[in-house]
Amino acid sequence: MKGDGWKEKMFMALTLVATLAGITILSALLALTFYEAVNWIDVQFLTSPPSRFPDRAGIYPSIVGTIMSMILVGVFSVPLGVGAAIYLEEYGRRSRFKQILEINISNLAAVPSIVYGLLGLGLFVSTLHIGAGSILAGSLTLSLLILPTVIVSSQEAIRAVPDSLREASIGLGASKWQTIRNVVLPSSIPGILTGVILSLSRAIGETAPLIMIGAATTIFTAPKSIFSTYSPLPMQIFMWTDMPKEEFLHGLAPAAIIVLLAIMLSMNALAIYLRNHYRKKLWG
Amino acid sequence: MNSSKKVTESLIKTVLLICTLLTVFVTFSIIYILLSESATFFLSVSPVEFFTGMKWTPTIKPYAYGVLPLVSGTLMITIGSALIAIPAGLLSAIYLSEYASERVRNILKPMLEILAGVPTVVYGFFAFAYITPFLKNLVPDLQAYNALSASIVVGIMIIPIVASISEDAIRAVPRSLREAGYALGARKPRVILTIVIPSALSGIIASFILGISRAIGETMAVTIAAGRTPRLANILNPADWTKSIETMTAAMVELGLSDVSGHSLAYKSLFAIGFTLFLMTLALNTVSYFVKMKYREVYR
Repeated sequence: MKGDGWKEKMFMALTLVATLAGITILSALLALTFYEAVNWIDVQFLTSPPSRFPDRAGIYPSIVGTIMSMILVGVFSVPLGVGAAIYLEEYGRRSRFKQILEINISNLAAVPSIVYGLLGLGLFVSTLHIGAGSILAGSLTLSLLILPTVIVSSQEAIRAVPDSLREASIGLGASKWQTIRNVVLPSSIPGILTGVILSLSRAIGETAPLIMIGAATTIFTAPKSIFSTYSPLPMQIFMWTDMPKEEFLHGLAPAAIIVLLAIMLSMNALAIYLRNHYRKKLWG
Repeated sequence: MNSSKKVTESLIKTVLLICTLLTVFVTFSIIYILLSESATFFLSVSPVEFFTGMKWTPTIKPYAYGVLPLVSGTLMITIGSALIAIPAGLLSAIYLSEYASERVRNILKPMLEILAGVPTVVYGFFAFAYITPFLKNLVPDLQAYNALSASIVVGIMIIPIVASISEDAIRAVPRSLREAGYALGARKPRVILTIVIPSALSGIIASFILGISRAIGETMAVTIAAGRTPRLANILNPADWTKSIETMTAAMVELGLSDVSGHSLAYKSLFAIGFTLFLMTLALNTVSYFVKMKYREVYR
C-alpha cells in the first residue's frame, strides 16, 4: 500500500502542475513584456503620434480613438442588451420562443470575431455606407460582437432579484413596467454594470473584426468625430510587431501592450469594486 | 389600470421585444451576407475548385482559389493547440474540483480566467517576440514564423475554456457516486479516473469541442506568429511545424489589409472563407451544445 500512496501524491502533483503551467508561462511572458516596456512608457509615448522613428513614436491618436469607440460601444450595446435581457427574463418566461431565442444568443456568442468583421463590412460599410474604418463603423461592429455577453450577464443580474420584491411591488398596485423600472432594475444595476464593463474590456482588445471593416493600421492625428478613421490600440500593436526595426518589436509594441493591459485591468478592477460595493449596500 | 397606462405598458413590451429580436436579425444578417457574397464568388470559381484546390493565390497572378492550404494550416494550429489545452485543461479541472480547497480555488480560478482575457494580438506578440526565439535554442531549424509557437499560445489561451466547462461537469457528478467508490476501497486517483471522469464524460467532451472551435476561429495570434504563407502542410511531418503556414483566418486578415476592391474575386473569396469558417464553428458548437445537454439531464 505504500507504493499506492506515492502514486496518489504524484497524480495530485500532476494536476496541480497542469493548473499552474499556463498561469506561470503567462506571468513569465508578462514580466518580459513589462521589462522591455519600462524604458519606453513615458509622457512622450502617451502624447505623441506614431512615427517611423522609434524615439518619437507614441500612441496618442490610438488612445483617443479607442476611448471614443468604447463610449460608443457602451451607448449602443447597453440599452439593446439590457432591453433584450428584461424581455427574456420578465416577459418571456418559460416559453418555447424564449428557448429558441436563447439558443440563438449562445450561438452568436460562439461566432468567431472575424466573422463579425465580415458582418460589419457587409452591413455597415457596404450597405449603410458608414465610412470604412470609421469609429462609428468599428463601434457598431463591436457592439454586435459583445451583445450576446451583455444580454447573458444582464439576464443573470435580473434573475438574481428575488421574486418577493416583484410581488411586493405588484401587490401595491404597480404595473409590470413600473415594477421593472422601480424595483427590478435598481437592484440589478450593479450586476448589469459589472457584466457591461467586463464585456467592454474584452471589446477593447479585439483586432480582427476591425481589420475587416478597414480600420487604419496607423493614423497620425487624433480622430475628431465619430466619422473619422481610427487605429485601435491593438491595431497599432499589430503594426509594430510587423516592423523591421528591432525597437518596434522589443520596445514600442511591449509599451503599447502594457498600456492596453493597464486599461483592461483598471476596467476589471472597477467591475469588481462595483460588484462588491453594491452587494454590501443591497444585501446588508 | 386606465387605458393610457395600458398603451404605455404594451408599447414598452414591444420595444423590449424588438431589442430581443435584434439578435435574430444579427444571425440572419450574418448568414445573408456570407451566403450572398459567397454565391457570387462561386459563380466564378466552382466549389470543386475552391474546396479541392491546392493553391491559394487570390491576389497574385495566376489567381488560384484553392482553400486546402488554408485548411491544412488551420488544422495544424487546431491539433497543436488541442494537444496542449486538452490535457492541461482537464487536469486543471480535476485539481480545481477534487483537490483544491475553496480558498485556493477562489484564487486559482480567476487567475486561470485571465489567460482567456488577454487580447489575442498580445498572444501573437508573445509567440513571435519571446517563444520563437526561446524555442530556437531547442529547434535550430525553426523559422521566425512557424506553426509550433502559434499552436503553443493558442493552446494556452484556450485552457480556461476546457478547464471551466470540464469543472462544471465534474462538479455535477453526485457525491454518492464517489462515496460508493471509496466504500469499495478505491483511493482518490482511482475514484477520479474510473468513476468521476467517466460520469462527467459528455460535459468534458463538450468542453474539448468548444475549445477546438475557438482555436479554429482564432485570428490575431496565428496571423502574427504563424505568418502568412499559404502552403499545403503535412501535419504528420515534424519539419512542417517549424515553418510558416497560413490559416483561414490569417488569409482573411491578409485580404482585409490589402486594398482589394469590392467587386474583385479576391474580395468575394473573403466571404467564401468566412462562410466555411462559420459553418465549421457552428457545427462544432451545435454538437457541443447537444453533448452538454446530455450530461445535464442525467443528474438533474
